[in-house]
Order: sequence, then C-alpha cells, then structure tokens
Amino acid sequence: MTERFDVVVIGAGHNGLVCATYLARAGRRVLVLEAGSAPGGCAATHEFAPGFSVSACAQWLYQLHPQVMRDLRLESHGLKWLARDLASIALAEDGQHVTRRGDRLEGVAPEDAAAFGDFQQRTGKFVKLLARLFEVRAPKLVEANLTDRLTLARLGLGLKMLGKDDMSEFMRIILINMYDLMQDTFDNERLKALLSLDSVLGARMGPRTPGTVFAYLYRQLSREFGFAGVGLVEGGAGALGQAMAEAAVAVGAEIRLASRVASVEMVADRAVGVRLEDGTLIESATVVSNADPVTTFRDLVGYPRIEAGTARRVSEIRYGSGSAKLHLALDGLPAFVGLNPEQMGQRLVIAPDMDYIERAFNAVKYDECSQAPALDISIPSLHDQTLAPRGQHVLSAIVQFAPYQPEGGWDAHRQDFIDRVLDVLARYAPDIRERLLATELLTPQDLEREFGMAGGHWHHGEMSLDQVLMMRPFPGNSQYGTVVDGLYLCGAGAHPGGGLMGLAGRNAAREIIKREGRA
Amino acid sequence: MSSDDRMMLQTPFHARIAEACELNSWGDWKGYTTPDAYTDVELEYFAVRNTTGVFDLSPMNKYRVTGPDAEAYLNRLVTRDVSKIAVGRVGYAVWCNDQGQVLDDGTIFHLADNDYRLCAWARALDWLLCSAMGFDVRIEDETADVAALAVQGPTSCANLQAMGLAGLETLKPYGLREFEFQGGALLVSRTGFTGDLGYELWIAPDRAEALWDTLFASAGYNMIKPFGTHALELARIEAGFIQAGVDFVPAQNVVRPGRSRSPFELGLGWLVDLDKPVFNGRKALLREKSQGSRYRFAILDVDGNKPANHSFIFKGRKVVGTVTSAAWCPTAKTNIAYAQLEMPHGEPGEELSAEIYYQRELQWTRVLAPCRVVEQPPFNPTRRRATPPAVF
Repeated sequence: MTERFDVVVIGAGHNGLVCATYLARAGRRVLVLEAGSAPGGCAATHEFAPGFSVSACAQWLYQLHPQVMRDLRLESHGLKWLARDLASIALAEDGQHVTRRGDRLEGVAPEDAAAFGDFQQRTGKFVKLLARLFEVRAPKLVEANLTDRLTLARLGLGLKMLGKDDMSEFMRIILINMYDLMQDTFDNERLKALLSLDSVLGARMGPRTPGTVFAYLYRQLSREFGFAGVGLVEGGAGALGQAMAEAAVAVGAEIRLASRVASVEMVADRAVGVRLEDGTLIESATVVSNADPVTTFRDLVGYPRIEAGTARRVSEIRYGSGSAKLHLALDGLPAFVGLNPEQMGQRLVIAPDMDYIERAFNAVKYDECSQAPALDISIPSLHDQTLAPRGQHVLSAIVQFAPYQPEGGWDAHRQDFIDRVLDVLARYAPDIRERLLATELLTPQDLEREFGMAGGHWHHGEMSLDQVLMMRPFPGNSQYGTVVDGLYLCGAGAHPGGGLMGLAGRNAAREIIKREGRA
Repeated sequence: MSSDDRMMLQTPFHARIAEACELNSWGDWKGYTTPDAYTDVELEYFAVRNTTGVFDLSPMNKYRVTGPDAEAYLNRLVTRDVSKIAVGRVGYAVWCNDQGQVLDDGTIFHLADNDYRLCAWARALDWLLCSAMGFDVRIEDETADVAALAVQGPTSCANLQAMGLAGLETLKPYGLREFEFQGGALLVSRTGFTGDLGYELWIAPDRAEALWDTLFASAGYNMIKPFGTHALELARIEAGFIQAGVDFVPAQNVVRPGRSRSPFELGLGWLVDLDKPVFNGRKALLREKSQGSRYRFAILDVDGNKPANHSFIFKGRKVVGTVTSAAWCPTAKTNIAYAQLEMPHGEPGEELSAEIYYQRELQWTRVLAPCRVVEQPPFNPTRRRATPPAVF
C-alpha cells in the first residue's frame, strides 16, 4: 500500500528540518527523506580518522537566526554552545597578528582602528536593511501583490531612512568589489585580506570580483542575528543537525534516513509525491525540496518534464564551488608562531594580503589548484573534548581555492594539493607535519557527493547579485514555489541563500502555509 | 570563388532556375537567392491552379531529429500530440516559447521510428538544441543536405506519374513515400502550401538538377511551369495558410513587448493539446485559455477588388485591428484579408470595414470597404483531398 503524507521534504538538511518543523507545527503530516545516514546536511560531524571527528562541511556557526533557534527550542533539544563570538586572527609569519574581536581590532594602527569603527557602523546599517529583506520572501518586481509591494516599500523606506550620505554609499558599494572598498577604507594589508576573505568563502569569486561587497554584507548578517563572531557547539555542526531533527520529531514530523529520493512523482505538471531509489512511492500533495535547484530540476524532476526555457535557466545557474575542506588529526597542539592556546581556539585566517587571495582565486578560473591557498582554520578540539582523544586535536580548514575538476581528475592532484596546504600551514605552524596523524581532503567533488550539492557549492549556487532576491534560484521561479505545482524549494538555493541560518526553510514553510492554508 | 564566399546562397536548383527566370527578379529567402517570379505572376499562379506549378523550397530549414527520445523530445517542443503522427505521415505543428508565444509553424515528417524531419520557416537550431537538454536525441541541420521541390496543381500527380513515380495516386494527403529515382532515393510527401492537390519532393542535392530536368521533360500535354514566391503568396492566402514573418512575428524576433502571438491568437488553437503533460508554453496557454486571448485571427471577405494591404480594420469608428496579408484571389474571385483583431472582435459573420489606400497614376485614394469575417478560407477544392486524384 502506498504511504501518503501531507508534505514530503526531500533532504534533512538544516533548512529541510526547519521547514519540516514549521509545517508540522502548522498541523501537517510531514515526512523528511534523507539520503545520508545522519540529519543536518551541511550541519554534519563525521569521524575521519579513528577517534577524530570534525564538522565535515560547515565548520563555524555564526548566522543561525535567533527566531528559528527560539521557535525550534534547539537548546532544549540538546544544542550546547561551547564558544560564541570568537575572534578572527589574521596570522602573520612573524607573529604580528591582526585580531578582530567583534567591532574591535588589535594589531593595527590607530587610523585603521578608527576607520574600522566607522566601517562597522556604516555596514551595520546596511546589514540591518538587508536582514529585513531576508526575513521575508523576496518580492516579485512584476505582478507584485500587496505583500511584495510592502516589502519593496519597506526596502525603499529603509534606504531613504539611511540618510543621504549612507544611502549613496550603499548604492555605491553594493555592486562593487571588496578589493576596491578595502583599498578605499584601510591601510593594513592583513586587515584588508581578513575582511575580504569573508566575501569569498565558499564562493568562486576573488576579492576583485564584482558583487563581493554584497557577499561580505551577507556574511555580516551574523551581527544582526546576535553574533559578534563565529561559534562552536558541542559535538560539532552535526549536533545542530541532530537538535533540529529532534525539534522536528518533537512536533510530529517523521524523518527517514538512508532513504534516497530518485525522482519527484508527477501527474502532468503537478507534483504528487516522490519515488525512492528502491522504487517505493510515497504520495503527498506537497513536495518540498531541500536539495539545490540544479539537483532538484535536473535530476529529481528531469529537464524533459519542465518547459525548455526553465530548463535552460536552471542550467545557467552558477553553482561551481571554489572551496575544499582539509581535516587534520594531530597528536598534539601545533605551535602557531605568536599564538597562545587561548588564541589558537579562535578563528585563524591565513591570507597575508588581498593579492594573495586573488592569486589563489586565479587558479580555479582555469580549473587549477591554488599554488598557495587562503585558509580559514578552526581547532575545535580546544573547546570540545568529544572530537579527539585527550591531549590530541583536530584541525579543520576551509581551503580557498580548489577547482571542481582539475585536469586529469582529483586522484592525480589530491596528495599534491594536501602538501601545498600543509606547506602554507607550516609557515605559521612549523611543526604541523610532525604532529600529523591523519589527513582528509574534501574536494568540491567530495562535497557534492557527500552532501548532495551540485558542484559542491555549499550555498547551492553562487551568492552573487544576479542570483539573489527575486533572481534566486533563477528569474521567474522565486518565492519558493516552482514551475511544478506542489513542488517547493526550501534550501540555500532559495532566497535568502546559504549559510547555517534557517531562513530559507522558515520562509518556505511560511509561504507554503500561506498558499495552501493551514491544515 | 566558391559558393561559400558568396553573400547570398544558392539552392541546388539554381542553375536551372536562373535559366528559367526570364524576369531576373530575385528575392532573399533566409539567405538564399530565390525567384520572386519567372515570367508573369498571374500565369505562374494559374499554372498552380489549372495545371502544375513547380516551386523550389530548398531554402526551407530542415532539421533531422533522431534518437531514442526523438518522439518525446518533439512532443515537448510542439503544442500538438506528436505520437499521433504515424510513421510515413506528415503533421502540421506550431511551437512556442515558455510564454506560450509562437516561435514558428512547420511540418513534422515521421520518416521512421524515432526518426523525424522538422521543416521550419525560421532558423531554429539554437532553440532546438537548447530544448534538447535531458533528452537522448541527435539534432542536425540538414537544410543544405536536402533539396526540395513543391509540385502543385491539379495535374501534378499525372505529371509525376509520367516522370515514373508509379503508384503515386494512392498516396493520401499528408502521406509520405519513398520512390526510386534514377537509382537513388526520392522522398515524396503529399503536402504543400498552395491548398491544391500537390506534392513535395525531397532529394539529395547532387541529383537535384536531374530531377528538375526529368520532371520538366515529362510534362508534355499537362503543362508545367515553375513559379516564384509572389505566385505562392497569392495561392497561400487564397488557401488560408498563415506565413511566419508576415502574419505573425516569431517570438524570438520580437523586440517590443506584446507583439508576439499565441497559437490561439493565430487561429491555431486546434493544434494545441493541453492534455499533454508538458510542452513548451503549456502553462502560459492554460492561463490564456482561462483568462482569454488578446487577439483573434480572422479571415475577412472585403467588398470591392482592392486588396486591403496593411489596412486598419474599423468597427464603426474605432480601430479594432490591422491586416497582415491581403490579396484579390483570382480563383475564388474574392477579396481576402487576414486580420489581427482585438478581442472580442472577429466572430464569424461580424461586419467591419477596412480602410484601403490605393494609388492610380500617382493619385492616392482612400476607401472604407465593408467586410465581414468568414469562417473558412475561400479556396478549398475537393481535388486537394481526393485519392486517387483525377486522371489527366
């Protein structure tokens, strides 16, 4: 007998779980189907060497929306913060680091410190403006109904309320690149690189890529959501996935792991359920895909079942990633030059100057590995005893940049690239190789396979200006609904986008309830 | 100079056509040199209606669609149900973009299982290829690889039989059959753009001239004449065929918003099968079906004998549409105009008037000619459908 639910959510990524929870709370019978063996999607922890575990994809928590956190009562479902508002330290080989703690800087000239104060104040206003826009569905520009008109009016009013100077500054910088903005604003090279790395993490963009200022502001949403820096939870990011899964189950949603959806079942242009890889059919009037838009339309729906123009739009989404993850199992704490253990527990950044990042980015344009990648490093075991045997440590690094498909395939480049990253690390922590017990490199292809993300892009498509708001995932398909009636998107590929934030899932649930009514 | 260096392309029949084209009056059909008229437009037209006319349609864009998903692919591409076009049959079809606006109309030849030829007025390779994502199909532009002649008129069957196409009389309208011609293959379809009895012949370019020569040598008593695009224009208007680029602007060529048309607005609603689960434009056409169209295609019978070219159409004193094609039709003896009328105008029987400007010896005159919407095109002879055709 065929099972029937009100809603099937494809993928137990964090947005899928958030969406499922809101829908279940609204009285719907919700089934979440997850291909993998654990809930959470990019909020994942895995053991990469015996006794050593690490956040496999997202390594920091800094954007989780406070409303989502409250509504899901995540802390009562086991989410335990071990560190919040960590500092970001831009490492220097000579130990003259630049440290950013929230709005304060250490290790820079007073002029830069003062300029940073102004910069924070100004960007803070912009971030506030964007946050309002991201907490609701993206308005349509044409056929706008009252809700959309209000959103646009609020945006317009918000812009106006910035005042003449800030408004013109917003209009000036929102389209430009981080490199120019940093050159305009600061002198210290390491500071400029530290801030501009924030604009390209997870992306296939360099500091000189247009629109990186927007990407930077997007990441700074964290400030609006109550974070002054990155944070860690006990058990790694997977614990967030676990807590969200418990929150969903607590309100009646059902989650099935190791249940890979093969296709969306359709009658004409309407979704009527899903078919699992083993052939099982599950019926539901509403299907919500937490998968990225390319995976959803190309693989689960299939281009032949949508109209050609839409298929073409999907194929034109830029979803190529430039990021890899490197995980190291260490038999002791490495000696980073000029850092004490308390400092090593912060967010460590290796990007000496902006040209260094841009050069690292140049390589992936030609599907090559960066000669000297920029790194965003976490040593979570300094906060979390559960990740490594006592006295031993794990180091996790986001590596910018790695191509999706280097010439000859990744097998031919994997060890070489790991060595390159270790060479970079050794400049700042000379004993890193002596401490090494095991390594794991997750290339964009590995991330794609492990987390079901087309291109390995953890934002489910580049967060560039042509792919946000009403253009996310693509023009003509915004506001969570799709060209397939009854099929919705709730993942990072939908507005507002990526990051462990939960807003896409929450906004999608609200839109579904609004369109289809409460159960 | 090789032919690739010329600005204008030439069809495989060009040498023969140039010889026959006494007026030396040439036009441009999608980059090919084509004759507007050979000797006299009326004589050529009357050859089509009374004996046999021959038209070179080699410039027609021809696309071969093959592979396991060929039928599924075409079904997503066009608005009608392609599965109903059996092997050995030809189907008229129209295709739209996602907005339900017509890109082109044309014919689909079902040559064999999952082997089709799509004939289109507009260049379509880009759209065909980008529509192919997700389908296991192969799409080739074979425009230059297939030469084609339309052989049209009441004695066309007799002439082709005289040329050696034995058994042609059993070929039904929209049927397709392969014949042997001088040791090679000759594909014949009972199709055309004149509304008369007629056939289209498809052959390899290197044998095109031999086909032309044999065809014209065979005629004898059943007079045969080549005809150009102007005579074709007259015939197709009389027969009720719309022409891309004239009666509608293909949606991919439209620059100004609102200038493209849906199949419903071109009188082609009968080609739209909304019961198919998916085809390009379906969603938009469903919406149009429930919300109503903006325009209606109408055939007008205009009083008098002045063709209502480019006329404004009035309902009382209000302009309600414009004319896209018009002609005095010599056989039907009616003055016909195709009009795009704003809804709700255009119901059969509606009385309107056409504002016609015409010139006699540099003097312009304006008439407001009464006209009415007719249900059917004026020329639709039974010989068009008769199988076997009459013997001559």
